[in-house]
Amino acid sequence: MTALLEVEDLCKTYRAHGHEVAAASAVSFRLEEGGSLGIVGESGSGKTTTARMVVGLERPDSGRIVFRGQELSSRPRGRSERLERARAIQIVFQDPYLSLDPRVAVGAAVEQVVKLHTKLAGADRRRRVLDLLGQVGLGEREAGTLPRRLSGGQRQRVAIARALAVGPAVLVLDEAVSALDVSVQAQVLNLLTDIRELTGVGLLFISHDLAVVRYVCDEALVMRSGEVVERGSTAQLLSAPQHAYTRVLLDAIPRPA
Amino acid sequence: MTALAPTAVVGRARFAKVRAFGGDWIIWLSAGVLVLFALAAVFAPLIAPYDPEATDLRNVLAGPSGDHLLGTDQVGRDTFSRLVYGARTSLVGPLAVVAASTVLGVLVGLVAGWRGGRLDSVISRVLDIMFAFPALLLAILAVTLFGKGLVAPIVAMSIAYTPFIARQVRGLVIASRSRPYVAAYTVQGFSPTDVAVRRVLPNISPLILAQATVMFGYALLDLAAMSFLGLGVQPPTSDWGSMINDSRGAVLLGEPLTAVVPSVAVIVTVIAFNVLGEELGDRIARRDA
Amino acid sequence: MSTPLLQMSDVWLRLPGIANRPILAGVDLEVAAGEVVGLVGESGSGKSVTARTALGLVPRGAQVEGRVLVDGTDVLSAPADRLRRLRSESAAMVFQDPRAGINPMRRIGDHLTEAARFAKRGEDVRAARKRALDLLEAVGLPHPERHLKQFPHELSGGMLQRVMIAGALMGSPKLLLCDEPTTALDVTTQKEIVSILARLQQDEGMGMLFITHDLDLAASVCDRVHVMYAGQVVEHASAKELFASPQHPYTAGLLASTPSLEVVQERLRPIAGTPLSLLADPLGCTFAERCDRVMEGLCTTQRPELVEHGDRADRCLLNQTTEVAG
Repeated sequence: MTALLEVEDLCKTYRAHGHEVAAASAVSFRLEEGGSLGIVGESGSGKTTTARMVVGLERPDSGRIVFRGQELSSRPRGRSERLERARAIQIVFQDPYLSLDPRVAVGAAVEQVVKLHTKLAGADRRRRVLDLLGQVGLGEREAGTLPRRLSGGQRQRVAIARALAVGPAVLVLDEAVSALDVSVQAQVLNLLTDIRELTGVGLLFISHDLAVVRYVCDEALVMRSGEVVERGSTAQLLSAPQHAYTRVLLDAIPRPA
Repeated sequence: MTALAPTAVVGRARFAKVRAFGGDWIIWLSAGVLVLFALAAVFAPLIAPYDPEATDLRNVLAGPSGDHLLGTDQVGRDTFSRLVYGARTSLVGPLAVVAASTVLGVLVGLVAGWRGGRLDSVISRVLDIMFAFPALLLAILAVTLFGKGLVAPIVAMSIAYTPFIARQVRGLVIASRSRPYVAAYTVQGFSPTDVAVRRVLPNISPLILAQATVMFGYALLDLAAMSFLGLGVQPPTSDWGSMINDSRGAVLLGEPLTAVVPSVAVIVTVIAFNVLGEELGDRIARRDA
Repeated sequence: MSTPLLQMSDVWLRLPGIANRPILAGVDLEVAAGEVVGLVGESGSGKSVTARTALGLVPRGAQVEGRVLVDGTDVLSAPADRLRRLRSESAAMVFQDPRAGINPMRRIGDHLTEAARFAKRGEDVRAARKRALDLLEAVGLPHPERHLKQFPHELSGGMLQRVMIAGALMGSPKLLLCDEPTTALDVTTQKEIVSILARLQQDEGMGMLFITHDLDLAASVCDRVHVMYAGQVVEHASAKELFASPQHPYTAGLLASTPSLEVVQERLRPIAGTPLSLLADPLGCTFAERCDRVMEGLCTTQRPELVEHGDRADRCLLNQTTEVAG
């Protein structure tokens, strides 16, 4: 069976201060239909570079990104190819304060995406926008507000609703809950699991927090310095880590004495 | 102990408020002055008591009086009327310069910043070269090529001022490009042109406006200088720069008033534009912080 | 027990025009020599403001009431030069972002020796340099001599945070305030920094106030933990007791919201709603609107006091009424 998303040997090298840094070297993984895959790593592990390549914000030096059996070009040409790529994969970024256009009210932010991707108009379109906002627990009252009037958690909900407005098959979450307070983070994590159940969207969940990854994902990769050092089911990674680095990572997580 | 970030100490609140109030006062004054001059320019025929070009050789270099509020010049023209009419040419010129260079600068800066790569390198080098030529020099060059009057200096200065806007826009666009909200638009499938023009540009436009406001003051100063040199507005049309030029003889005769009046007008306007532009920029920076 | 190094009693801090509710609403806090006290809470709970107020660093326009004693000095009434001396000799602070606290144009060595000269005016440069070298070694930096000549941008965040810790210790403070010192760092780096802080704290017998939003981290570092919500300490207890049996619904909610590594959770039980806005100033308990055990008519009208139960305390009417009933 073809996978929802198959990433093969993605490589990306940056040149900085005269020497080369391999941000990603031969990163490969599979995300099944409706599955959830975590990518765990510290800063500089290449997890964010990988995410950016997957959504097309960064061009890989080599490697393939295959979506339902079809290779996605790293630079879509023309409107239809652009929209098709958008419908394959969407992303939610880390910083809720920077990921929304400060000038655009919440409802309008979602509406412009609906407008771009569907033929809905007028009352139908507005109903769709409210549906999407409702899915993430926001109502008509928030639809008219500018992002700066919202809390971090609310903004991240808007970012999720905006991504879902495209109707993506894969949702990439790049440290999407890391900047949130614990209680709000838990709300958003529950929301993500609900959305996954409701829409069947596949999740690529990128985080430095193993506990959060365990909660959201069935499977996970551990990355370090651009390489995947271990992969497996999250339960297995936590209970019987194979790679020394995974053990170091696990060991570093503070636990009540 | 060094790791302490600077923070105010108890009891500073009252001072902060007083200062904020003082700041507002200057801003309102600046805005008021500019509105006043703009109104004078628009309604010049209603405000000016005399024809600004009508000479009265029996009444030259008269001091301020009930008949002539700010006195008369060396050929007996009413200084107040010339000041009011002069606001027209003195403000329209800079307006044209700022409008043209802003449009051009936004275009060039947007393309360079958004496209990046080799195109950006080429544009940036060209802008660097243009920076090397002072606007005034370029304007004088244009006059020698195309003749005296307002048109040649305005065109030349529009080009000379373009790099100021272009470089700012380029920087802002490059900074915006790495913003997650811009990346999000791209991932959602909006076309690059759409993102650049309809999403990024509106977000940076307040800062461009602030820059344009400051530039207005400089353009006014430069154009006044052109007129002062006799290369810009030609007599007998009144203009603050040419008024200063006209009054050189009077100054030597010990009658500085005809020179002081237009000079003060120029200085006040330039300062007012500067204050407003800087304040605008500060407020945007504070809002975005 | 000797007199505490830091003693805050009934500290109130208001920011008129910015917040309707007090930023700090009657904070009591003590840190004794050799003790690590944790301060946990979400953003806006007032934990950072508490630490800054302890050193007399209050936001512009703030109205402060109450008493803050640091090593016997009344911080809120002390003159500016006394406060400066206090901040260099008695107490020091380490912040979340190491780059915010250091001049990027100055070498690490200058940063450190300046701190020392400032602290002990008589001390000569050579002695300060010696101490800087010792401290850089103590915080686990591999090449102290070389680091002295480096600029901040040449060091990684984790290394720079070690430099900041060394800088904070240049004046041999008795009290160290750490405001989310590891939040910006990776877990493996966090572990190293935390163990360095713990070792130095024990070696020097310092009192330490450790601020974090990470409950597990607080539990692993601190002797006692205070939980803050909306400008109040809502519960405090020994780290062990607090996590084993949280008494305040907010503490319990925080624990239930935290994903666990050990147990498989079908579903997290997050606290409803969002942290109390600065503009809200409820009549009753500040946590009532989010509380899943709220007693209608009681919690929304009555502000609970912090009530001690043995060597722990909490600010919840639930625990006070049952006590009366039982």
